[in-house]
Amino acid sequence: MAWLQLVILSPFILAIFIPFLYKYVRQIHTGWFVLILPVLLFSYLIQFLPVVSNGETVQHTVEWIPSLNINFTAYVDGLGLLFALLITGIGSLVVLYSIYYLSKEKEALNSFYVYLLMFMGAMLGVVLSDNLIVLYVFWELTSLASFLLIAYWYQREKSRYGAQKSMLITVFGGFAMFAGIILLYLMTGTYSIREIIAQVGTISTHELFLPAMLLILLGAFTKSAQFPFHIWLPDAMEAPTPVSAYLHSATMVKAGIYLVARLSPIFAGQAEWFWLVAGFGIVTLFWGSFSAVKQTDLKSILAFSTVSQLGLIMCLLGLGSAAVHFGYSKENAIYTTATLAAIFHLINHATFKGALFMVVGIVDHETGTRDIRKLGGLMSLMPITFTLAIIGTFSMAGLPPFNGFLSKELFFTGVLNASQLDIFNMQTWGMIFPVLAWAASVFTFIYSMVLVFKTFTGKYQPEKLDKKPHEAPIGMLIPPIILASLVVIFGIFPNLLSYTLIEPAMASILPSLLAPEQQFYVNIYHWHGWTTELFMTMGVIAVGTILYFTLTRWSGIYNKFPKRLALNHFYDHGLISMERVANKITRFHMTGFMRDYLVYIFAFLIVLLGGGLFTLNAFSFGQGQVAPIGVYEVILALVMVCAAVAVPFAESRLTAILLVGVVGFSVALFFVIFRAPDLALTQLIVETVSTALFLLCFYHLPKLRKEISRVPFKATNFLISLGVGVVMMLIAFSAIDNRLFVPISEYFLEASYKEAGGRNVVNVILVDFRGFDTMLEILVLGIAALAVFSMIKLRLARREDFENQ
Amino acid sequence: MRTNDVILQTVTKTVSFIILLFSVYLFFAGHHNPGGGFIGGLMTAGAIVLLYIAYDIETMKKVIPLDYKKMIALGLLIAVSTGIGSFLFHVPFLSHSFGYFYLPVLGKTELATAVLFDLGVYLTVVGVTMTIILSIGEDDE
Repeated sequence: MAWLQLVILSPFILAIFIPFLYKYVRQIHTGWFVLILPVLLFSYLIQFLPVVSNGETVQHTVEWIPSLNINFTAYVDGLGLLFALLITGIGSLVVLYSIYYLSKEKEALNSFYVYLLMFMGAMLGVVLSDNLIVLYVFWELTSLASFLLIAYWYQREKSRYGAQKSMLITVFGGFAMFAGIILLYLMTGTYSIREIIAQVGTISTHELFLPAMLLILLGAFTKSAQFPFHIWLPDAMEAPTPVSAYLHSATMVKAGIYLVARLSPIFAGQAEWFWLVAGFGIVTLFWGSFSAVKQTDLKSILAFSTVSQLGLIMCLLGLGSAAVHFGYSKENAIYTTATLAAIFHLINHATFKGALFMVVGIVDHETGTRDIRKLGGLMSLMPITFTLAIIGTFSMAGLPPFNGFLSKELFFTGVLNASQLDIFNMQTWGMIFPVLAWAASVFTFIYSMVLVFKTFTGKYQPEKLDKKPHEAPIGMLIPPIILASLVVIFGIFPNLLSYTLIEPAMASILPSLLAPEQQFYVNIYHWHGWTTELFMTMGVIAVGTILYFTLTRWSGIYNKFPKRLALNHFYDHGLISMERVANKITRFHMTGFMRDYLVYIFAFLIVLLGGGLFTLNAFSFGQGQVAPIGVYEVILALVMVCAAVAVPFAESRLTAILLVGVVGFSVALFFVIFRAPDLALTQLIVETVSTALFLLCFYHLPKLRKEISRVPFKATNFLISLGVGVVMMLIAFSAIDNRLFVPISEYFLEASYKEAGGRNVVNVILVDFRGFDTMLEILVLGIAALAVFSMIKLRLARREDFENQ
Repeated sequence: MRTNDVILQTVTKTVSFIILLFSVYLFFAGHHNPGGGFIGGLMTAGAIVLLYIAYDIETMKKVIPLDYKKMIALGLLIAVSTGIGSFLFHVPFLSHSFGYFYLPVLGKTELATAVLFDLGVYLTVVGVTMTIILSIGEDDE
């Protein structure tokens, strides 16, 4: 195991110790211990910067399940490193922030930090894994951690609702993605992303290629909250604010973006990929920004804003994939602008959105509300927070000189270039992109202004606030200050990261374009001259300002939408009707009568086995291998038949139990005759013990009464029992003659003494050759025993509690 | 209710020990002859059940003050740790080994790690059977 694997696993290892630290070191906030780890990881990962900026990659493999091609391969390239730095960097700030946000007296910090660390490790695993199965495992872990964190205040109903919603939607997508990964494996025979990329030429014509793409996109879209799966993200805001800042803005939701970027080398160049990624992205961008304007809760605004910005990045990745068609040279470098803008905006979004979430958290923490109708006039009370909010929102709105402006300009360049493409029907449909992008930017401008001015300017209404607001403690301000300074720094020195992070990440997304030793040309600057992009931005500001001041006049259009068409409505009703149908089906077959269940089981047995035998024409009744039948066997068989037939006619329960016992002991005798002492012993003891069990239960069982049931019911029973008997007999007869392989017993007889030093073949198989089976079997036994115990004992305890009340 | 269980109790005192001894024999014989952890465990459980039938649960709790649920856990722990133990010797999970040793009383004896695993099976089976039977037996509703 190398350091890289340890980087991924270290959060999980630390998580084990968190509950103890929380319990025994009460005077220190648990967050301080957690803080050390992301800071260490960040400083460790940063030393890969020179490596990847030279175009090199680092990888290390630990074998996990080599026989299934599943290995734990940690792989660092530009894209992985960019995300890993975001995860650990923003992670450190969020942990620092959470120390001041969550009180150590009131909150269950142990679970909070365990979930947070679990998330951090899972996320690092996603972005640093080369193996798709490992990636998938970590991917689902992020969903799980997110679920736990959203439901952190599980006493609130909305938290539980939001957690369930996010879980259902993201895990649904995760399963689809899993299927897509399997399809990729079927085509290529490997789970390694780099090996799959190497085979792109041969698989792109495969008939499974398109299904694999669609399934994987489903996973990416649900995770990244793309329209129409975005509905879970606003509800996820029930989580504590540090979580929202970290998971639902800066990192986890970007996992979908990461996946699309990571798999771009496989799928880019396909028209379906281009249209799906870019199309869903642009629709999400527009819909998210449009919906954000009507929100009154600060966090909801940010949630919809995140949805919309994720759509923006997704759209850019889709547009950038078209570059594969044109090859790369100085002249057509414009086609890669979209990819460049995606990466740059990814970084910028993490900085300004992280800062804004923390600002909103501060407002919430210090005033007790996030409702913009109650807030206002906080500027003079919280000057530092106000400054941070200004920087964050102006960057989000795309105003100079902040970094958001730069990436917004690049975004406009990207969509304008895309509309001039002459592939994928872009000559006719291409105009959609600039139009929607511009409209979305107007709404982005409006909600950004709402966010900052409705909170910090206007009339101060202390009577509507729960607490008396004042500036936040310094520790709570440091993380957003750092993020906001990054917003400014990247704004003033946009090329700071050009060749250290952005270019290597672009090279990972579009590797096929570069010849060896070649680099993408990345130069971001403020002044492009009087370009279309600049006029678009000016239009955004002009129209946005007008619409902001006339907000009350036109906001009525939001109420015009029919409620029944809302996506949340579909989700809620889908869930309710699913439950109703499931209940109906369950009530139909779970009658509570053991007899009915047995009928189902045996009916399936007859249909599946009998039908299988019939359709495969597997009947064969040869006499060749039949051993001579002795007199003992005939007598025993007769005894068994008599006992079995007599059971239904038994007048008392005791007689019935004894008759079943006779059948069981006769089977044991058969084993004796056929010289299988182990089986005979087992059967004898099992019979004895189960008879003892019967006797114990005897006391509880109702009196056996002659059942007066309808004739058709008995006829079904009769038919079923007859069917089972006939099918089993047919199988037994056919099995005698159908010997396809040499019996394996020869091998075991030979090997059991030589290799395991035991002469008892049965036992050697049980404990050695197939020891793993046995281990899991006794595990099942143990679970069954605990289930019986809890079923009986806990029921008693509950009833006693009830009676005591 | 019980008026005439003197005979049962007297017989049980002897018989249960014979069964217990036999079950231990079965357990150790398992490697070469019919037997093994599963059968041995079931037979031990059978002997204990017989004791429980002859005497009552309260008395037996004093005679054998064991928590059978913990016995399950112990058994599983032994079984899993013999599996993990293979890692110490850099061989795959659950690899077994055996060898011949000269022991003071027994002379040349074969010792196999499989027996340790079997011990786990044995304890689990006893624990499981007794937990189930006692849970149902103590349930007096």
